[in-house]
Amino acid sequence: MNEEPLIYDLSSPGRRGVRPPLPQFEPVDPATAVPTSELRTDLPLPEASEIDVMRHFLRLSHKNHSVDTAMYPLGSCTMKYNPKVNEVTARTPGLADIHPFQPPATAQGALELIYELEALLASITGFPAVSTQPAAGSQGELCGLLSILAWHQSRGETRTQVLVPDSAHGTNPATGTMSGLQVISLPTAPDGGIDLQNLKKSLGPGVAAIMLTLPSTLGLFERRILEVVDLVHAAGAQVYCDGANMNAMLGRVRPADLGIDVMHLNLHKTFSTPHGGGGPGAGALAVQAHLEPFLPAPRVRRNGDAFELAQPPPTSIGRVHSHLGNFGNLVRAYTYIRSLGAEGLREAADDAVLNANYLRASLSDDYDLPYDRICMHEVVLAGTRQRRLGVRTLDIAKRLIDYGIHPPTIYFPIIVDEALMIEPTETESRESLDNFIDVMRRIAREAESDPDKLHDAPVNAPVRRLDEVTANRRPNVRRQPPA
Amino acid sequence: MSYAPNTDADRAAMLRAVGVESLDDLFVDIPARHRDPELDLPPALPETDVIRHLGELGARNATSSDLPSFLGAGFYRHFVPALVDQQLLRSEWYTAYTPYQPEMAQGTLQAMYEFQSLVCDLTGMDVSNASLYDGASALAEAVLLCRGLTRRPRVVIADTVHPAYRDVAATYVSALDVDLHVVSAARRDATSLRPDLRPLVNAIDDQTSCVVIQRPDFLGMVVDPDPVVQAAREHGARVVVVVGDPVSLGLLVPPGDLGADVVVGELRSLAGPPAYGGPGAGMFAVRTPLIRRVPGRIAGRTTDLDGKNAFVLTLQTREQHIRRERATSNITTNQALVTLGATISLCALGRRGLREIAEQSLTAAHRAAQALADAGAVIASAAPYFNEFIVHAPGGAAARLERLRQEANVLAGIDLGCVSPTFADLILVAATELTTAGDVEALASAWARTR
Repeated sequence: MNEEPLIYDLSSPGRRGVRPPLPQFEPVDPATAVPTSELRTDLPLPEASEIDVMRHFLRLSHKNHSVDTAMYPLGSCTMKYNPKVNEVTARTPGLADIHPFQPPATAQGALELIYELEALLASITGFPAVSTQPAAGSQGELCGLLSILAWHQSRGETRTQVLVPDSAHGTNPATGTMSGLQVISLPTAPDGGIDLQNLKKSLGPGVAAIMLTLPSTLGLFERRILEVVDLVHAAGAQVYCDGANMNAMLGRVRPADLGIDVMHLNLHKTFSTPHGGGGPGAGALAVQAHLEPFLPAPRVRRNGDAFELAQPPPTSIGRVHSHLGNFGNLVRAYTYIRSLGAEGLREAADDAVLNANYLRASLSDDYDLPYDRICMHEVVLAGTRQRRLGVRTLDIAKRLIDYGIHPPTIYFPIIVDEALMIEPTETESRESLDNFIDVMRRIAREAESDPDKLHDAPVNAPVRRLDEVTANRRPNVRRQPPA
Repeated sequence: MSYAPNTDADRAAMLRAVGVESLDDLFVDIPARHRDPELDLPPALPETDVIRHLGELGARNATSSDLPSFLGAGFYRHFVPALVDQQLLRSEWYTAYTPYQPEMAQGTLQAMYEFQSLVCDLTGMDVSNASLYDGASALAEAVLLCRGLTRRPRVVIADTVHPAYRDVAATYVSALDVDLHVVSAARRDATSLRPDLRPLVNAIDDQTSCVVIQRPDFLGMVVDPDPVVQAAREHGARVVVVVGDPVSLGLLVPPGDLGADVVVGELRSLAGPPAYGGPGAGMFAVRTPLIRRVPGRIAGRTTDLDGKNAFVLTLQTREQHIRRERATSNITTNQALVTLGATISLCALGRRGLREIAEQSLTAAHRAAQALADAGAVIASAAPYFNEFIVHAPGGAAARLERLRQEANVLAGIDLGCVSPTFADLILVAATELTTAGDVEALASAWARTR
């Protein structure tokens, strides 16, 4: 594929793009409205024609792989099909062309949607209270930890530590730091679960919470979850659940029933709002009743037949978003849940888990399987056998690109050597999985017979492997303006 | 119905391959007494019915075609060219994820690089990231950056910074040792408001990590920030500038030329309709020396093995998936699709187009102010403004706004009581290039009628 020039290179002085609206008023000279010293003299934006702009971004889009292109088994990301009806409902003028400062009387439908979505998420997770304000999972984590700290404070306690298993997403420890907490890493037990002995030792009076991921990033359900929850509660601490993997549990277990205190949901994973090339997401936060007073504010409240924005109680951790979160994605998630119903959601979890186990059973002859047991929505393989042949997991991933499949998440969780974290999701068919299995086996054979094929991969992508070292050492992060 | 293609025959064959009898056998690790709860959810709806249902919810909201709207305050109704949404609906953009495998994500990566370049050009800064959640969290992250950089506890924020942004910054630092000091930056004389930077200047001391100002500020005013910048320099504090309406950058001197160390803002208005406040996109730009402290993703330009130009996520050791508890932020998912919309919009408008919609916005606001004044209103803005101004509402802003809506079907603006209780008789009115002469007539005649 050819290099695509920068949009700036398609620019020509004086060329017009899209025409702005016709003026509605006799123009006001900006120099009469603001001092001329406040007016900029140059505006170095491109000057390109509409068709050139259209073609430029169309050609760029052709260089992307997407869920709608082919399988995208990126572990922990739940790259499931994004239903097209979601895009239709999110663009309903009455749900898109509405301003956040409109009086609630003119936004009853939007407020009702938020209220109802929170209720649906409460039913699915078992938690009595939900806030859809957080813009993404990480912001949900921050709200969760801040709520826990506020709860401790309301009981006259100051706790300064958070326990995070070494298999956790990097966001967990990073959120701990942003919440002013000391992060203590918990080692994983040989069976992939939490090591209870170690947990007991770590649970001092300074521990505010444990952040655990359920199912874990190893794709495993924590078999000792009830013991973990009891131990943590007995030590006066709270259990935070990273809900990135909720797709495995829909209709099979409500996390609140396990005694978990707080959980965030990634609506862009479990509830099918698209990933958008990296965002936007939405990171709803679900809590038990004792934490509800601390949720971010404002919240939508029902008052008879009307919906209103409740003033924050003094206990609330406050706002985390300019308005009410990523509303457009709330519309999509609501559409998804209403489209599937309880049965459909459970079917999604069932097929997601079945698909992952099918991959596990089918690939364990050719790849090492560090935790050989029933997995949930994802399976973690290891390229350790291939490493002995001089082939790294990175090479396996890059070779997958040549076969038109997006690589799994690699080298994560960090506790697994040469990890390949594979999440097929429920929307891949058996044929699609069989193709993936076939390709993975072929790559395993290539690693034995022709390892350079893997070292050189990809050769069928728009570009070959990149020089990331120079990119880091001498960052070029913007077009250099002409001197 | 779950969009899952497996048939019962597929499932049976796959279960055999896995070596279990039934789907239930895959969930045995869940404690038995908590397995398989009944979910209390409404029945599943086919596509047509779900569209109808959402259409009914939408019909209970008033759009800008139902009511002439002069609402702004961070979310402005600007012209977004038709090609933008056509592009955003391309699967290759919206169903892709973070470009962790650059060889199959060059489209997203190059678009990010172009976005970063456009932000730098617009703001006069050196380095932009690929976005944060919204303007408010971008401000919060800027405050955290300055705290980490200077190790000083005090943050001075003008009260003319968007109140929700101030609130979010307060939430973000609530568990940290930060003293957030909100300082008045506008002076009230009877029915007029004018900028007054002296309290801000006086509040900056040797313990101040940064001073935060907004431009145009939340009250719409365009103020030369030089005294504040000088005071910050004198005390070794950093200057964070929040951009009010990004379209203002088509006309006004960019914050980078005024001494900003960090520039943040909300870009939603460039990418699509306000969507009830989200998803937006937080802009975040800094000076070169701060590059390794920037939160969130950054795309960089490099070459591939064959020497071909290519793009890649760079400086990732700042980020949580590498650095964990020592990362610059916990952010991972950002607002990529919204920034793509803003990028395409800026390219399609181009240099002249952006300038023209900026000029038209300024014109519309000044014509609206004139029309209101002619209708007997007192314009309270006693400083130059871009596309937002203040009207005095003697009986109280909230009551007047409600009457204007109920009696004249106009959303005339925002009650400035949200900034300070002493401003509860002031209304913030915004106009853009999409404000029509008819909208302004409706506003003015409504004002005259509801007095």
